[in-house]
Amino acid sequence: MIRLFANANYDFIKWRRWAYALTAVMIVPGLVLLLSTRLNYSIEFTGGTLIQIATPKAGHVGTAELRAALDAGGLHGAEIQEYGADTTFVIRARLGAEAATAEGGTQETLQAVTRALDAGLGAGHYQVGRYEAVGPKVGKELQGKAFLAIFFSFIVTLIYLAVRFEWRFGLAAVLATLHDILATIAFIRYTNLEVSLEVVGAVLLMIGYSLNDTIIIFDRVRENLRKYRRQNLYEILNLSINETLPRSILTHGTTMAATLSLVFIGGEVIRPFALVMTFAIFTGTFSSIYIAAPVLMLIEKRWPGQDARGARAFTGRAPEPAAPMLPRTLAKV
Amino acid sequence: MSTIRGRLLVILALVIASVISLVPRHVTQRVPDAVTGRMKDTTVRRVPINLGLDLRGGVHLALEVDQSKGPVPDCADAIQRAERVVRTRVDEFGTTEPVVQIVGRCRLIVELPGEKDVNRAKGIVQRTAFLEFRITDMRNVFRDVIPSMDVALRAAGVRGPAAGPSNAVARLLGQDTTKAAAGADTSNTRGEGPLTSLLFQGSVAGEYLVPEEQWQKADSLINRAEVKRLIPRGVELFWGAQVESRGARSYRALYAVEDRPIITGDCLTKAQPRRDPLTNQSVVGFNLTHRCGRIFGDATARHVGDFMAIILDGRVQGQPPVIKSQIRNEGIIELGSRPFADAQDLALVLRAGALPAPLTIVDETTIGASLGVDSINAGIKAGVVGIILVVLIMVVYYRVSGMLAVGALALYVLFTLAGLAAFGFTLTLPGLAGFVLSVGIAVDANVLIFERIREELQHGKLVRTAVDEGFRHAMSAIIDSNVSTALTAFILYLVGTGPVQGFAITLIIGIAASMVTAVYVVRTFYMIWLQRRPDLVTLSV
Repeated sequence: MIRLFANANYDFIKWRRWAYALTAVMIVPGLVLLLSTRLNYSIEFTGGTLIQIATPKAGHVGTAELRAALDAGGLHGAEIQEYGADTTFVIRARLGAEAATAEGGTQETLQAVTRALDAGLGAGHYQVGRYEAVGPKVGKELQGKAFLAIFFSFIVTLIYLAVRFEWRFGLAAVLATLHDILATIAFIRYTNLEVSLEVVGAVLLMIGYSLNDTIIIFDRVRENLRKYRRQNLYEILNLSINETLPRSILTHGTTMAATLSLVFIGGEVIRPFALVMTFAIFTGTFSSIYIAAPVLMLIEKRWPGQDARGARAFTGRAPEPAAPMLPRTLAKV
Repeated sequence: MSTIRGRLLVILALVIASVISLVPRHVTQRVPDAVTGRMKDTTVRRVPINLGLDLRGGVHLALEVDQSKGPVPDCADAIQRAERVVRTRVDEFGTTEPVVQIVGRCRLIVELPGEKDVNRAKGIVQRTAFLEFRITDMRNVFRDVIPSMDVALRAAGVRGPAAGPSNAVARLLGQDTTKAAAGADTSNTRGEGPLTSLLFQGSVAGEYLVPEEQWQKADSLINRAEVKRLIPRGVELFWGAQVESRGARSYRALYAVEDRPIITGDCLTKAQPRRDPLTNQSVVGFNLTHRCGRIFGDATARHVGDFMAIILDGRVQGQPPVIKSQIRNEGIIELGSRPFADAQDLALVLRAGALPAPLTIVDETTIGASLGVDSINAGIKAGVVGIILVVLIMVVYYRVSGMLAVGALALYVLFTLAGLAAFGFTLTLPGLAGFVLSVGIAVDANVLIFERIREELQHGKLVRTAVDEGFRHAMSAIIDSNVSTALTAFILYLVGTGPVQGFAITLIIGIAASMVTAVYVVRTFYMIWLQRRPDLVTLSV
């Protein structure tokens, strides 16, 4: 029988300051970078034109040849990118200021790109895999909707947790999730992943996943608060995290197996989504332990609830004497 | 005992229902007939899971009411009427299972799976197809005001061309077929007027020919306010649809027609593409409703000898024919030398009726079929590898209990797919990813339960009690975590569009299925196991 981290007794909460520092190092530069440069939004959000083409293996065509063809067609500054294989390319011609005036601008760009490629490569010498033309209006709407979705999911979660637990737990869970969103945005910034609809979907899914994880720990906290009347919150948080540790390892292991298989063999279209999800599992686990639990303690310290036994007494050091060991008998296996 | 039997019956019923909803069945599809090209119904046998455009390729269009030429007061109403027209057109268009759907208030989504010819698709969907029949300006009231238009244009600072050789040649050409347009006297005295110099009288009353290279200039002139003001009451101007050649030069015709149509496209009952046996040109033959036939008959009887312009979407089709005798309820529209496919498409849009307002494309995606196949293959491969990994982890870590969970996982996959099929949801690429991911999450409930059972055993509980306690204590965590994830997914569904919605749906169905399998099914497995082995003192968990 394999047991991982069974009967673990780590003082997680003690390391919270280090955890804050670590996560700040991760998030803050990313957000600062965001101030100077925008995220790499896909054309679904910015509006514009995208064409994915497959070129024949024989007579290799590279980005240079494509660039020449597009320049000859008068399309300067188009973005050309290899997509998975070196015979597949994605060409993005975003709306310039001059074309942004009319919705029809995207259609014209599309035709211009096709003409330029026909002239440069020959009409039959490449295959169009897909193309998208998005008007700027649709893109703006999508941006708004993404924020709306995040906002509403916060509200609904707060209400649900307030009903099932109490508002202090809900607030701590939402703050931990907010941390995850910021961390993920920073991650997207560092990796320069293209923010497509799927990636936004991944960020939203991450909200669910991170909440899920936090709730598992909080559920144990709720139970232990009832069970161990003598312990204070600091000890109960540590105990709950330790007790749920094997579960966390197992669940994150299996989910990670699924997302990593998507990253490596799921194909080019789904890879950004899978990468964000993989990162989300990391940050979700981290924040459940190091953000949600300590934040709950801070909240209880400021606005003590019924169960916040002695939260006020602790300012970061483990209580003396150390938390008494709970009764442990070995399983009869 | 009886509870076990009851539970097994419930599970069996669920499995049977799932299998039934997944069995390949006959699905009615509209496909183009190989011989006639018309649409017909046919049935095919296939697994009833709809694949999204990103998985099987096709065209996705988002359309809105065109407001560039002035705001449309009630776009929701306009888009609803447009939806009916577009649906009728698309149903005959030749793709199987097209989607025509209003999203939000004023946007129409059209999805044509498997369609490769984007431009034809756009043409069919976007064409307004507003058809009118009007008598041309027989009394030449427009011609009579051209000189005063010239005066107005000169006053506004528009200069006519200085008489030069090229102009003189054009003029000669124009004169050798017809008499020159009005203003011969003005050209003698003050040079040509800006408008007069562009217009040449055509062979039909109310027809004026403009050299092809100058038609845009002429168009901008007749659209100027000072010219528009002078257009006589009862007359409207329309350009011809085709370029006409006279001798070595190309001309575009401008028609002055009566401002009131005799009938419009609403009157059509039938429209068929045909080939004119004499000229071998493409024509569209049409029939009129009984009521319109009477109106049309009366009007044509009054106008024998006059010319009638057939105007489609604001362009005059062909040269207006002369009305030789009364026409009752049949007629043809000539398309000249355009290909027969054009006649087919025109007949199609005329049958479906006109759009209430022009539509503009705001979003367009085309995905090649091969790309879709690649996506499916990669997605399935990733899914299989992911599931194998999950199974390995569970079996190695939890041994026999892990195998129970794997059995439940198999049911989970079955239930989820059945849920997608039963509710007619579309499986998209993000949906596929969501499914793979949810397999990882699905075992979470089992992990929670097993860990709890281990803890209870550790506390010295008996096997039977430990299992009971394990399930009981794990429930609150399972329910709270799954409900909050489902709520997030639900919001995603409400706010999201297209692919994101597909993803949210897959996730919600997955969560529901995992609650059933991980809790109910695994519990039943345990009950059977413990009943078979009442003497069990250790549990393989």
